[in-house]
Amino acid sequence: MPISRRDILKSLTITAITGSVLRVIPLEAAAYAHRMVRAEKAAAENQAYAPKFFSAHFYKTLQSLCQTIIPSDDDAKGAIEAGAPEFIDLITSENKEYQVALGGGLMWLDNTCLDRYGSAYLDCTPAQQKEILDLIAYRKNAKKDPSLGQGIEFFGFLRKLTADGFFTSEIGIAYLGYIGNTFVKEFPGCPPVPEA
Amino acid sequence: MQVKRTPKTYDVCIIGSGASGGTAAKVLTEGGLSVALLEAGPPLVPETDFKEHVWPYELPHRGAGVGGRARQGLEDEFLAPNGAWEIEGEPYVSAPGTRFRWFRSRIVGGRTNHWGRIALRMAPVDFKVRSRDGMGDDWPLTYDDVAPYYDKVESYIGVFGTKENIASAPDGIFLPPPKPRCTETIIKKACDHLSILCIPSRLAILTQPHNGRAACHYCAQCGRGCITASNFSSSQVMIPPAQKTKRLTLITGAMARELVVNKDGKVEAVSYIDKATREENRIHARAFIVAASACESARLLLNSRSTLFPDGLSNSSGVVGRNLMDTVGSDGGGYFPQLEKMPAHNHDGVGGMHMYLPWWKFDRKNDFLRGYHTEFGGGRGMPGVGDYDDLCDDFEGYGSALKQECKKKYGTYIGFAGRGEMIPNENCYCEIDPSAVDQWGIPVLRFHWKWSDNEIKMAKDMQETYRQITEAAGGIYLTSTQPDGPHPYGIADGGVIIHEVGTVRMGERPATSALNQYCQAHDVKNLFVTDGASFVTNADKNPTLTIMALTWRASEYLLDQAKKGNL
Repeated sequence: MPISRRDILKSLTITAITGSVLRVIPLEAAAYAHRMVRAEKAAAENQAYAPKFFSAHFYKTLQSLCQTIIPSDDDAKGAIEAGAPEFIDLITSENKEYQVALGGGLMWLDNTCLDRYGSAYLDCTPAQQKEILDLIAYRKNAKKDPSLGQGIEFFGFLRKLTADGFFTSEIGIAYLGYIGNTFVKEFPGCPPVPEA
Repeated sequence: MQVKRTPKTYDVCIIGSGASGGTAAKVLTEGGLSVALLEAGPPLVPETDFKEHVWPYELPHRGAGVGGRARQGLEDEFLAPNGAWEIEGEPYVSAPGTRFRWFRSRIVGGRTNHWGRIALRMAPVDFKVRSRDGMGDDWPLTYDDVAPYYDKVESYIGVFGTKENIASAPDGIFLPPPKPRCTETIIKKACDHLSILCIPSRLAILTQPHNGRAACHYCAQCGRGCITASNFSSSQVMIPPAQKTKRLTLITGAMARELVVNKDGKVEAVSYIDKATREENRIHARAFIVAASACESARLLLNSRSTLFPDGLSNSSGVVGRNLMDTVGSDGGGYFPQLEKMPAHNHDGVGGMHMYLPWWKFDRKNDFLRGYHTEFGGGRGMPGVGDYDDLCDDFEGYGSALKQECKKKYGTYIGFAGRGEMIPNENCYCEIDPSAVDQWGIPVLRFHWKWSDNEIKMAKDMQETYRQITEAAGGIYLTSTQPDGPHPYGIADGGVIIHEVGTVRMGERPATSALNQYCQAHDVKNLFVTDGASFVTNADKNPTLTIMALTWRASEYLLDQAKKGNL
């Protein structure tokens, strides 16, 4: 019978109750438990994600914006592959303020694109999409055109959540070059610092 | 409702299982006494409760918590369990026009599961401030009285550091310190240039195996709780040896409501709510140690009114709830371009700073009284939610340029946290709110808070110093603060630094203090208050080490009294 993560966690709990709390968790068991978590997650990822808050249309729009904010490029894959839209949908489904800010923001974007270009954002041409994003991606544009204020606020918030989703992913962490979260016997200290 | 009575009478009942309660439990049970230890929260199982070594992508919320509400600050999903700024069903109130924040833990071990492990001794001068500058009060004991207990605590729990012979930062019994990180070598160099002291920090983290506990494995995650117990927590280091004696009865989910006095004016029992059944129970004991955290302890005493003690227990002086202090906190940070060129490397280290800046201007006249120390950190840590908020706002835009900018700036920030001494003032106190109760029916606390000019001048000095150090190190200081408004010079709201102390202070005179130097109530001889409530002042030293030293001392005194048959 294969050992499940539940079994591992259960055995650890029993150790804690019956043995001394000071008893050290076997490192292999800890590593194994983490591998199981990842394997379960990977299995779940093979199924298409069903959005919890956004409708199909707005979830597609969200995905498109995430992809634009942190795209897949020659350096590394992007926000979509990193699971940013799923993360954003999940926390939005639990937070009424986010629902207004992001749900309303996406509708603002569609409404504005309809007014300007006659189509919702997803149906606009790449040039039109770039034009509106270039307007709402910078706060200074609100000084020239105050009607952009709400879009700028929305995009600024989405940019932060997209960065969250990307840089907390396995892809994003590898892209940054974070090395750690591991067991080392002795802390090695600082390698030579290049001249400023 | 029937009130259950437990027939057994313990030698001692301790209320609260954190730094103080855990220490008392260890010393008293090892000294041969039977102890009931009450904890308002649940038991702790490190192996399953701690999220050590979990990556953010292994959690659906990535550490942001349900609804993203924990995107920043202490309440992230990785934190060791049950520490929170708000506890559902257990509110507290700030008086109109004032702001106080109260971080509480409801879990075995209390806030020692979360703390920064910073273990600093108070200096000799810190115990005698009134004699020096006329403000506040002197302690009823001296550094020499406490030093042997600092020794005992450090020897037992394990603290790393170095002997430096600095008047404001007494040396202790230290394990070797870890090597500095890159961020620390940069700041050390700048401080040397500016003649600011920068020395290895003093943290209750094991750099060598110690008393049966494994050495640190350098994952930088102390705040998540440590599965190998390589840092200090009461739950993993104080309570297990007490349990080993078989003389400890740990009662969890027990919310103390009132201390009950007999006709002789001694405490005979504590009434508590069993959270699981919502029933009221009682524990009888010969002596009581209140160690529920400074404000919670004051609350319990104030809620323990009787004919003999109409203003609350041990409060004939009226000081209970008064003299509430926190630490003066002002933070700032900068960008250090030389860190952009660092090759990827493991920067984790222990869960806290490897170096710090003790108070260095003790030998001159300053614009303010007392002093502060500085904690600092930054660099290539594990990425987390909220880390890119500021960069996104500054850089704006989108696309590969934004992505590359994030990578370029990763690990290039260093933040400073000033932690200074507040002088107690009459505007800072807590009292029982006249109308509100918590879900257990217990009247809640109402806080009053106002910083005085001395603290604001200190915060100004912190900001100026951090700009100076940043610029001397070739960095750009990014923090801007205002001299006025709600947070002058970035000063944090009361309570935010989580060093609240002083609410049941000790002193020589029963007219102006509630406890003697052994944390024993002047009014009630079998009652002790051993947590931060007993503090007379709040030096720029994080209070936990001193809480443990004072508790150890009080516990030995209590053991001695028990031997003499005085209980």
